[in-house]
Amino acid sequence: MTVEKRVSGAGGGGGGDQFPVGMRVLAVDDDPTCLKVLENLLRRCQYHVTTTGQAATALKMLRENKDQFDLVISDVHMPDMDGFKLLELVGLEMDLPVIMLSANGETQTVMKGITHGACDYLLKPVRLEQLKTIWQHVIRRNTKPRGSDNDDAGQKAQNGEGENGGANRNKRQSRRDRDENGDDGDDSDDNSNENGDSSSQKKPRVVWSVELHRKFVAAVNQLGIDKAVPKKILDLMNVENITRENVASHLQKYRLYLKRMSMDASRQANLVAALGGRNPAYSNMNSLDVFRHYNNAYGRYRPVPTSTHSQSNNFLARMNTPSAYGMHGLLSSQPLQLSHAQNTMGTSLNDLGVNNGNLIRAPHMSTMVTGTSGNSFANISNGVSLAPANRSVQPLESSNRQHLGRINSSSTDSFSSFAGESPHFPDLGRSSNTWQSAVPSNIQELGQNGSMSQATLQVNGHRMEPVSSFTTSSNQITSLGNEMQSQAASLASSTLPMVFNQDAAPFTFTSSTNSREALNSNLAFSNSGINNSLPNLRIDSSAVPRQALDGGNAGGGASLQDGRIDQHTTGNQLNYTNDLMGTSRLQRGLSGSLDDIVVDMFRPDNDNGGLFIDGDWQLV
Amino acid sequence: MAATMKLSTLGYAASMLSTGLLDEQFQKLLLLQNKSDPNFVAETITLFCEDGEHTIGELTKRLDKQCVNFDEVAAFVHKLEGGSASVGAKRVKNTCIQFLEFCKEKSRDGCLKTLDTLRVVFYEVSGKFKDMLQLEQQQAEATK
Repeated sequence: MTVEKRVSGAGGGGGGDQFPVGMRVLAVDDDPTCLKVLENLLRRCQYHVTTTGQAATALKMLRENKDQFDLVISDVHMPDMDGFKLLELVGLEMDLPVIMLSANGETQTVMKGITHGACDYLLKPVRLEQLKTIWQHVIRRNTKPRGSDNDDAGQKAQNGEGENGGANRNKRQSRRDRDENGDDGDDSDDNSNENGDSSSQKKPRVVWSVELHRKFVAAVNQLGIDKAVPKKILDLMNVENITRENVASHLQKYRLYLKRMSMDASRQANLVAALGGRNPAYSNMNSLDVFRHYNNAYGRYRPVPTSTHSQSNNFLARMNTPSAYGMHGLLSSQPLQLSHAQNTMGTSLNDLGVNNGNLIRAPHMSTMVTGTSGNSFANISNGVSLAPANRSVQPLESSNRQHLGRINSSSTDSFSSFAGESPHFPDLGRSSNTWQSAVPSNIQELGQNGSMSQATLQVNGHRMEPVSSFTTSSNQITSLGNEMQSQAASLASSTLPMVFNQDAAPFTFTSSTNSREALNSNLAFSNSGINNSLPNLRIDSSAVPRQALDGGNAGGGASLQDGRIDQHTTGNQLNYTNDLMGTSRLQRGLSGSLDDIVVDMFRPDNDNGGLFIDGDWQLV
Repeated sequence: MAATMKLSTLGYAASMLSTGLLDEQFQKLLLLQNKSDPNFVAETITLFCEDGEHTIGELTKRLDKQCVNFDEVAAFVHKLEGGSASVGAKRVKNTCIQFLEFCKEKSRDGCLKTLDTLRVVFYEVSGKFKDMLQLEQQQAEATK
């Protein structure tokens, strides 16, 4: 057949430059009539066709030489083997796209085909027009692995090339250096980039459905954001048809997402809290304004004492409150809101007289951010914020710095993915629509506005409160790394109590989860009676944050004062926090919402301002 | 030659189409035939006729039992449905769809009744197909 002339081009590409001409199709159908018609139709499309009436034969052919075919078309009903079974086997063993064929067009059957992994489902009699476009499935498979890498960076810079694994890798390397993200995810991402790019492997397209993503998040939480490496995640998830590379790229995206969430969330939270509503538009508001507004509105904010410690503590307390609110709003509505919280926190920081600039940079900022929804945290903590934050925070600085530094490294990852720069919060104050962009912008703003930075400072230092709210996000933050996580977790968990787990202590997600729940519950309260809880939180938060911060430090509020926020494991903090405020309740509540948020995030839903839109999450 | 063959076939097809025995799918089959595969239509409908007969035989056999395995029966009917859809044998296809309903309901009577209808429509179309093939063959021989 003439179609063969081009086949030699690409071994797997089926047609080299003139693809889809010469695409090698294996057609399986027990009905000779249908098979013949199909064969003819496929030849008309200039594909190279091989036919067989038996599934067993088809499998044998496929197994003999995996590169022999580009696409398989199979009937659903066959005597020797169920078409779905064949579909599964081909997908698993050979990673080839499979198209199902049947005279039966019932939804159930079609659904079954799709869930078993079919790329397409055609009804008999098959039309020529339909067959003319089936080659798209081959292309999709080939480009899928790379695409996911690209997406997860969410950074054009990083994966803009898509196919350019090398470039990506370089970028990631540099980022990584800054971030010091020890997460293997990066490596795997790089690897996957590289693999994807260099080998043009055909990998089955993994669609990150809600269910799948939940499993992923659960696995990540279980491992701890900084310990969550793709391999382990993969093992924990225990899902077939997913490769480590898939997980790696997804993890990368997730981290970015978390970062953004935390930033946005804090901001949004503030806004929301202040405005009592959920409105993505708020994100545009000046965080400071929002924060102030929020403060005023709730009157919970006390002027932050100038003392560093106290400031921090107070701030945290305040932040907790707003963050709680913010978180609530955010968590329930959007992670973005958290960023508001952060903004507000930033404001308080201002009050504190903290050096905004410092704040911004300080890792605190990151923490603040995280408070928002953990995203911001993630973002900030990505190291970008962390670094500066440390500096800005006074008492905390030293400890924070260390912590932050760590955070930076860990968070840098996510952060760098955004900004690809050293800790610097461009726009922390701003909650951009895309969480990815939000991060860098946020970071910058922080520097500029100082609001965020303040917020972050607060967060980092003592402000674990916001973190608590972020705890919810903390789950998301997983990627951030322990430090961030702990911070986030603390934030999230307490929602109010800013549990700043400066300590890079592995931010166990369990705790974060708890915190998340607590946060949730906190959030839940916020609307209704969070005010009530807030005061408590506040009180606690001052205490809690400290404790949280201390993590291990006897949870004494003093720890915050000392600016040592959490030399101890976050876990402790979180737990403590939970205890304190009943955050556990919140967290639980929060975790629930977090899931929703996550789901929302992955949904092409614009409530979050396209929170995850940039990422090419495949949400199915 | 191909054109001539096609014409006669088309004539036959036209009449079958008008009587509702065939649908536009058959026309598409005709269009698919080209130089590289001049016997495509002939082979396809031959396959259909043979396979269909075999299927009907199997169905008769299985429905003859008191205890009918409806899943097996449905599998056969489904296969015939696919084949008939592919060649454009409309009536056969529709009868198969009915048949499948009865299989789902596990109604032996319904199945038997539909089998009778199926037999009728199938032989009707397969008879016409064979005539068509014969005509084409005669034409082919005549033009040699």
